[in-house]
Order: sequence, then C-alpha cells, then structure tokens
Amino acid sequence: MNFEAFLFYFFAAIVVGAAVAMITVRNPVHAALFLVLTFFTSAALWIMLEAEFLGIVLVLVYVGAVMVLFLFVVMMLDINLTRMREGFMRFLPVGILVAVAMATVMSLVVVRHFRVDAPERAAADYSNTEALGRILYTEYVYPFEIAAVILLVAIIAAIALTLRRRPGTKAIDPAKQVRVSREGRVRMVDMKSEGKS
Amino acid sequence: MTFQIPDFTPVIPEMFVLGMACAILVIDLFVPQSRRDITYGLVQFTLLGAAVLTLALAAPETRLTFNGTFIADRLSDLLKVAVYVITAAVFLYSRPYLKDRDIYRGEYYVLGLFGVLGMMVMISAYSFLTLYLGLELLSLCLYAMVAFNRDSSRASEAAMKYFILGSIASGMLLYGMSILYGITGSLDIIEVSDYLITAGGGLNVPLIFALTFVVVALAFKLGAVPFHMWVPDVYHGAPTSVTLFIATAPKLAGLAIVLRLLVDGLGPLHGDWQGMLMILAVLSLAVGNVVAIAQTNIKRMFAYSTISHVGFILLGLLAGTPEGYGAALFYVIAYAVVSAGGFGMIILLSRRGFEAENLDDFRGLNERSPWFAFIMLLIMFSLAGVPPTVGFYAKLAVLQAVVQVDMVWLAVYAVIFAIIGAFYYLRVVKLMYFDKPEDETPLPRATGMNVVLSINGLLVIALGIFPGVLMSLTTGVVTW
Repeated sequence: MNFEAFLFYFFAAIVVGAAVAMITVRNPVHAALFLVLTFFTSAALWIMLEAEFLGIVLVLVYVGAVMVLFLFVVMMLDINLTRMREGFMRFLPVGILVAVAMATVMSLVVVRHFRVDAPERAAADYSNTEALGRILYTEYVYPFEIAAVILLVAIIAAIALTLRRRPGTKAIDPAKQVRVSREGRVRMVDMKSEGKS
Repeated sequence: MTFQIPDFTPVIPEMFVLGMACAILVIDLFVPQSRRDITYGLVQFTLLGAAVLTLALAAPETRLTFNGTFIADRLSDLLKVAVYVITAAVFLYSRPYLKDRDIYRGEYYVLGLFGVLGMMVMISAYSFLTLYLGLELLSLCLYAMVAFNRDSSRASEAAMKYFILGSIASGMLLYGMSILYGITGSLDIIEVSDYLITAGGGLNVPLIFALTFVVVALAFKLGAVPFHMWVPDVYHGAPTSVTLFIATAPKLAGLAIVLRLLVDGLGPLHGDWQGMLMILAVLSLAVGNVVAIAQTNIKRMFAYSTISHVGFILLGLLAGTPEGYGAALFYVIAYAVVSAGGFGMIILLSRRGFEAENLDDFRGLNERSPWFAFIMLLIMFSLAGVPPTVGFYAKLAVLQAVVQVDMVWLAVYAVIFAIIGAFYYLRVVKLMYFDKPEDETPLPRATGMNVVLSINGLLVIALGIFPGVLMSLTTGVVTW
C-alpha cells in the first residue's frame, strides 16, 4: 500500500465515520459539525482525484456558507426533539427492512459490475480550474444559463414567500411614531358644560 | 478544441420568454396594486409572442444547437405551442380566483412564466443536463406557487410534501443519469442511444440498474402508482388556480421528457422498460379509478382521476410503436384541455370566502346555470371516455396501439377500469341534473373567463367530433 492509497483510506474512513455520527448523535449542533467534517474530508478526496476546483468550492460554499447558516438556524430555532422522535420506533422495523433490501440489491450490482480502471494522471501543469472554466462557458453555456435562471427563481420565490406583513404582529415602526403630530392624536370637542340638574 | 458560436435561432422563443419574465419582474415593482392588470396583460402578451415566434421559426427538419444540448423539431414545436395556449387559459382562469383571495400579485405570474420557460427547456432538452435543469426550473416555480397563499396552513403543508417528494424524485433521476453517464461516457441523448445500439442486446445489469432509477423518477414526476402519494395532497392543498396549472401544462412537458429520455435515449432498452411501465400502468389504472370513488372532495377526485389517466398515457408509451407514442401525445394534450376545463369550473363556482371543492357544491347546477352544467357534462363525459367527446378518441387510440402489439389482456383490463371510473364522473352529472341545489347564489356573468371556459368546453366536443385534426398533428410529429 503506497502513501496515496493510505491517504485515500484515511480520508474515506473519516467520511464514513463522520456521516454515521452525523445521523446518530442526539445534539443537532454536533450533527451539523459532523456534517462539516464529512464535507471537509470529501473535499480532500476530490482533491486527490485532481478535481481541485470542486474540492475548494465544496469547502468555500458548503462549509463556509451553507453550514454556518445552518448552524445559526439550528441554534436559533427551538426544535422539539422528543416530538420529532415520535413514531420512530414504530417505523423502524419497516425502515430497516427496506434499507437492508435496497442496500443488498444495490451492492450486488455495484460490486459485481462496476469495475473501472483508474484514469491516467494529468500532467503537472494541468489546471482543473482552467479546464472547467473553458468548458463551462463554451460547450455548456446553455445549461449554465439555465442554472442561473434557477437561482433567480429561487431568489424570487424566497422573497415572494417571506416578504409580507404577518397579520397580528405587534412590531412597531419607530419612524411612524416619531412623525406623529398633535392633530393625529388629539381631537378637541366643543361641549356645553352640564350643570347639576 | 475549437469552439463555434452556436446557432441562436432555434432558442429565440426561450430567450424572448426569459427576457420578458425579467422585464415583467421589474415593471411589476412600479405598478400599483390597483393596476395589476398591466402585469397580467404583459404576461399574456409574452405567451402570445412566444407562440408567434415558435410558429414563425418552426421548420420541418430537426435542428440541434448548443453542442447538441438543445433540439428543435416538430414535436417540440407542437408541445410548446400547446403549452402556451393552455397556460394562457390557466392564467385567465386564475385571475378572478387570485383577486378574490387577495393574492393577485405580480410574482405569481412571473413564477408561472418561469415555469413555462422550464417546460420549454424540458421539451427541447437533448442532453441529460438540460433535461434535469428544465425539470428543476419548472418544479421550483411550482413549489413556490403551491405555497403562495401563505395564510393557508394546508397550502404550506402541501408545498412541503411536494418539495420533499419532488426532491427525492430529482435525486433518483440524477442518480440514474450519473450511472448512465458512467456506463456510456456521455450526457447527450444521441450519444447514449448510439452507445446502446453498438453495445447490442443481451442482459446488461448496470444499464438496467440505471434505468430503474430513471423510470422511478419519471413515475414520481408523472404521479404513477406506487409513486403517487403526493398527487392527492398537493391537488387538494394547493390554491385551485395552482392545482389547475399543475394538472395541465406540466403534464405535456412531463411526457416530452419521457419521450426524450426513454424513447430517444434509452430506446434500445425498450424491452426492459416496457415491463416497468406495464406494472406502473396496471397499478395506476386500478388505484386511480377505485380510490377516486371514495372521494367527496372534487379536487382529490380529480387527483385520483389524473393518476388513472397517467396509466392510460403509460399504456400508449409501453406499446413502443409510432402509433403508441402518437396516441400518448394525443391523450396528454386532450387530457390537459379537459382538465383545464374541469378546474376552471371549480374556480367559476368559487367566490370570495367560499371554495366550491366538494361534490355537493355541484348539486343542482343545472338550475343555477344550464349552460355551465352542460359544459361540465361535456368535461365529465370526456374524462369518462363517452363518445363523441375527445376523451373517447384518446382512449380509443391508446387501446388500438396496445392491441396492435398483441397485448389484448392489457386493453381489456384498461377498459374494465375505465368503466369502473365512469361511475364517479357520472355521479357528478347526476348531482348537477337530478339534485336540488344547496346554494342558490347566481354565478358571476359576462366576464372573459365565462367565454373562454365555454370555448374550452366546446373544444372538448369539437376535438371529439373532428379528432383527425389533432391526431394528424400528433402522429405527424412522432419520428421514431
């Protein structure tokens, strides 16, 4: 076993271990941090596959942005875990049965039929980033533009669904309060004084 | 590697719709709520313009552009024009509904327009990548539209279910596509097909492994049993105007991707996917028709009815002959037209603060409005497949295609379940004509919607009397 194979098995073991830990730990914050570890080691595996750009993007986008946001959400929301675990035991036997059946069938196919020789090593001056950029803006420009439209739709949908005044909120607008004038609040009423009858 | 600037001409309709959708998004910000009709008018103009452009650029020969990721052929022209027409009717029906519920907002129509763009991309996709991206673009718009009425908890729940199950289906599709890519070394449908032809017959386990994922994902998206769980909940929970949208135009795009993926790309594996589609069709016909009988909510009833119609569409596809594909195409277009009319009727009977979504709301419709009771009668007859409506010819064409490939038992089975299904369609007719109305409120009159809904209803019978017009179009565009 050379050093490269050792590195691969080292990182792969961490990926699998962290992924298992992520779905088994009870604390959601720990789960999120284990997911970060999974992403990080996956990025290391990708870099070993000479896909440096994808590896770096995985760390920057998923670890740097998505998971940090996710941690904020997890810490801010008060998630009731006992309610989420309801029915877990009831569905467990069926779940295990389906999972085992699928895993057996899939591994039978994958182990027996997918044997691919390792691709040739790229030259030392080969840049994965440059190759991706070259192909992304020429051959794949049409899918690239559609992906951009999907992101635009995601923005529109997020804003359309969240930017609204909820009925019944007690939030106050300070600017509106400052702008209040006497005329808006006090009404002078002329009344005859009423004496004792 | 030299790169050539792609030919932009076939993509002009897509570019027009995208440009207009972005422009409308900005214009809408400056339009006051009282003048929201401007946005609506611009959206309808976009659909009209796209139809004109598509027809003007239509050419009999097949054109590939953007390195073979985009295809413009007669199938795509026909389906795109059908999508524009049906979406225009859907938007028109939606308007009074949205106004009554205070969700008449520009974003609704902009999302709808982006959904149309997604459907166009799907219809013209000739690479796994564009096909998947088009599907995601459409689905994302639909998820947001289902949740559009934020104050309705039922709509939010429906959107959540739709989103999660839709994501699982997308994941399945991606998994299948990536295995296919691993085997064939290409994402282009034409190259995958070439690979399969040169690879020849024989049992190829990895290919069938990939095919299974692709078929499961497509069944999820079409709503075929046993991947139909989301259909009734989404149809029921979504605002009726959105249900109307989901139940019509996306079905055309869904059939388009099935044709491109299974027939164009994986056509050499026909023997393998025929059996899978057969199981889906047999289950869909049974579950759709039988469970619909138990429904009292008409939106849920239509949902199960959709499932049974998907079964019929799959029958046409699994025949694997040009006649079968033409029949499936005819069926899906006819179904979209009829379904638009059906949901249009629900919107017509609804008003502010009242949803006419129970079967009982159709009681005695004949006394309230004989004309619209007649239109609903046509729609119900068509869904049940009673001659001379279009639904009858659609079913007939599909059954003919199935009989031609010597699967008589399947045709007999489909007919038996179509007859069982006729019960719940005819029950609506009975409620309209033989029962006393529970609700005497007069129907709104003299709006554009009434006129278009009448035309829609008459189209159901006109296409049934002259099915040759549409039939020649649908069989003409099938080139396999």
